Amino acid sequence: MVRVTEPTLHGTAPAHGGDRIAHTEATVIGTSPIEKSGLDPGSIDSELLTINMGPHHPATHGVLRLLVSLEGEVVRDLKPIMGYVHTGIEKSCEDKNYWKVIPFVERMDYISYYFQMQAYCGAVEQLLELEIPERAKYLRVIHLELNRIHSHLVWLGTSALDLGAMSMFFYCFRERDRILDMFEMSSGQRMHTRYFQVGGVFEDIPVGFAEKVRAFCDEMPSRIDQYEALLTRNEIFLQRTKGIGIVPRERLLDLGVTGPLLRAAGEPWDLRKADPYLSYADHDFSIPVGTVGDGWDRYRVRIQEMRESVKIVRQAIDGLPEGPWIADDRKVVLPPRHELSTSMESLIHHFKLVTEGFRVAPGEVYHPIEGPRGELGCFVVADGSAKPARVHFRDSSFVNLQCLRDMCLDEYVADMIQNLAMLDPILGGIDR
Amino acid sequence: MAARMPDAPGLELIAGELNEAHPGSVLETYHDRGQACLIVDPDQVLGVLGWLRETPGQEYRFLASLHAADYLPAEPRFGVHYELLNMARVERLRVRAALADPGDDALPEIDSCAEMFPTADFQEREVYDFFGIVFRGHPDLRRILMPEEYVGWPQRRDFPIGGEPVIFTNTENQVPRWYE
Amino acid sequence: MRREKIRALSPLEQPRSPEELRVRQLRARDMLRGDLSEEDLEKFVEEAVMPTRLEKVLNWGRANAMFPATFGLACCAIEMMSIVSPRYDIARFGAEAMRASPRQADFLMLSGRVSIKMAPVVRRLYDQMLEPKWVISMGACSSSGGMFSNYAVVQGADKFMPVDIHVPGCPPRPEALLYGFNKLQRKIMGNPDPGWRTRYNARGTEEWARDVAITSGGIAEYERAREIARAAGDPDANGGPNA
Repeated sequence: MVRVTEPTLHGTAPAHGGDRIAHTEATVIGTSPIEKSGLDPGSIDSELLTINMGPHHPATHGVLRLLVSLEGEVVRDLKPIMGYVHTGIEKSCEDKNYWKVIPFVERMDYISYYFQMQAYCGAVEQLLELEIPERAKYLRVIHLELNRIHSHLVWLGTSALDLGAMSMFFYCFRERDRILDMFEMSSGQRMHTRYFQVGGVFEDIPVGFAEKVRAFCDEMPSRIDQYEALLTRNEIFLQRTKGIGIVPRERLLDLGVTGPLLRAAGEPWDLRKADPYLSYADHDFSIPVGTVGDGWDRYRVRIQEMRESVKIVRQAIDGLPEGPWIADDRKVVLPPRHELSTSMESLIHHFKLVTEGFRVAPGEVYHPIEGPRGELGCFVVADGSAKPARVHFRDSSFVNLQCLRDMCLDEYVADMIQNLAMLDPILGGIDR
Repeated sequence: MAARMPDAPGLELIAGELNEAHPGSVLETYHDRGQACLIVDPDQVLGVLGWLRETPGQEYRFLASLHAADYLPAEPRFGVHYELLNMARVERLRVRAALADPGDDALPEIDSCAEMFPTADFQEREVYDFFGIVFRGHPDLRRILMPEEYVGWPQRRDFPIGGEPVIFTNTENQVPRWYE
Repeated sequence: MRREKIRALSPLEQPRSPEELRVRQLRARDMLRGDLSEEDLEKFVEEAVMPTRLEKVLNWGRANAMFPATFGLACCAIEMMSIVSPRYDIARFGAEAMRASPRQADFLMLSGRVSIKMAPVVRRLYDQMLEPKWVISMGACSSSGGMFSNYAVVQGADKFMPVDIHVPGCPPRPEALLYGFNKLQRKIMGNPDPGWRTRYNARGTEEWARDVAITSGGIAEYERAREIARAAGDPDANGGPNA
């Protein structure tokens, strides 16, 4: 086995004390091409240079540290080191009542914040066996799909910036500001809106929101055409992404990769279609599937997903049903404010909900949804009190990161940047 | 709206067949609010996962998530959860390995399924990092999110949450500052 | 009337009455026509042209052509990226050239929560930056730990490095960040924001000053803190009109 010595900041002693289990040195997982080629690792032709990339680097999407073993310019081994933005969110959630967890889990994957809210609120609603009204489902879908477009725009802007196409960054952020305007209209905040509540959404949408969304949906397809005009047939972009970073579909499934990466490799797996939740069954949209699974396919899949999301938003805002925007169960949902001055029970419910929070009967649930990067699952254990006993997020970037090594092996180090960009990792989700 | 899981009789059937193939593996079944979970003996977890993966009719080939929970003060203390998914039928199943705390500074151990499900690589490291559960046979078991030399298992229930007390103006005199 | 002595404002920033404004208008008109006499012309040049002490020119140059070191850690990084976007354009203040290398950067925009694993890295990068350097701590998490009061987050970046401007928000709006950036520019130009208690002549209204009878031990602490601050050169540490 080829040994890759790993420079750590504070020595190499393992954390668990060293005598309980065998000291595990850093070893290459699986057979590296060096072994397969039969070259003697000590000979001068096969000298490996280990360099450290990150955690502070202009090209990593967040603070990801990569230990790369290079032979010349070819990557022979890759080890990602994470944890530089680990915030202990899952531990903090055990200390807060169910509502207060929502702002915490929003900030995990900080670009697709509505998805974390949906995964968590969906899990808690399943534990409470609470049905949310139709209007809430449609509103949630509108915001989720707008957030999906937002996530793909940020991805496109920053990835194109990594590859050198600086103008894409400005175009994508221009559109992103329009989406954030809509979020600000419905909830008052641009990012981390805490708009979803257990039982529905926090507040109904204001007057003018529907017009703004419709105007956005009318204009967005032409903007996406603009992005495609810049990149899709661009010779440099094609040369950089075509045929690079291919991982076979079975290997991706073994590694647990989901989302656009899996769809680009040809597997038509999307939880919105396979196991519809909220109001996705009512909308007519398709999921783009690639063929080869290289960087080019991943780019095309995400661009097309943006178009499909625009379609979903348009259908949802056109078909938005009237009705309550949050469930009626006063034990879980705040009563409307005008009732507080007339009804004693409402006052008591309000008081109990705000001070202690609602209690959830003991049980555990795993609620997966389709996030912009793949399957985002929330595991909640309830122990009968007003605080969850365990909140864990199966974050899609964390699991997808395992395929980075497969993508980059035996390719040039410049392609590693491109692979990292096409992988779309968000370190907040990876590190939690 | 929720993920589809086997219903209660279906779960009992699976448990029965599993107990025939690997006697004593399934300790309990848990079916509540649409969630189906098999509680298994941690020493036989590889057999259980392999059976669920290979048996025609089950074929849960995708490990969606591997995580753990600390059920203190309930015994056994730790539960290592395997969220399995069958993509063809879109059906999920949870397997919980009920792992007891050996007590006294020894770390609980369980077999690693990283060979069967390569996706478990990072996720088992995360469980080790936060709970101290050692996965036998894992190629590279080190801390993943905490600093390498960190002492303690943060997500155990008896680990303190940390942080600092908030200083208000009227308690400013009583709380010592960092320069004192 | 005792007024707090605010650092002398440049002639361009001093408040002016409408009459003075009219006089300046007429003088400017005369200058354009070539009608100004000797002393009037000199006075005009002195008042209208930026005072040319070398330090002030250098500070003006530093403030208006800063290279931020991109230090995007978490969510605030996205809002920091959006100040480069055309809507909230930081290029109008001259700071759109974000340098990744700390050796080329002037100030560190620390955006996002600093975890305990990342803190030594941030400190090392801060040490690698060349003087003069400043730090804007963007967002609640890097200013004070934010909502994350737990084992994994350093409760404020100023626990391990000096910070000049804290911008609150979670995440702060790009406009808020630009406002903080403008305050940093003022600070660099030698004209730091004196704080609201100075501006509104409200020194002596702090809680400790009001509750002096109750928290009698507290006065000594504040005296000591003020001595430390004064020794370090903090211009606001002179106490208020009551001191």
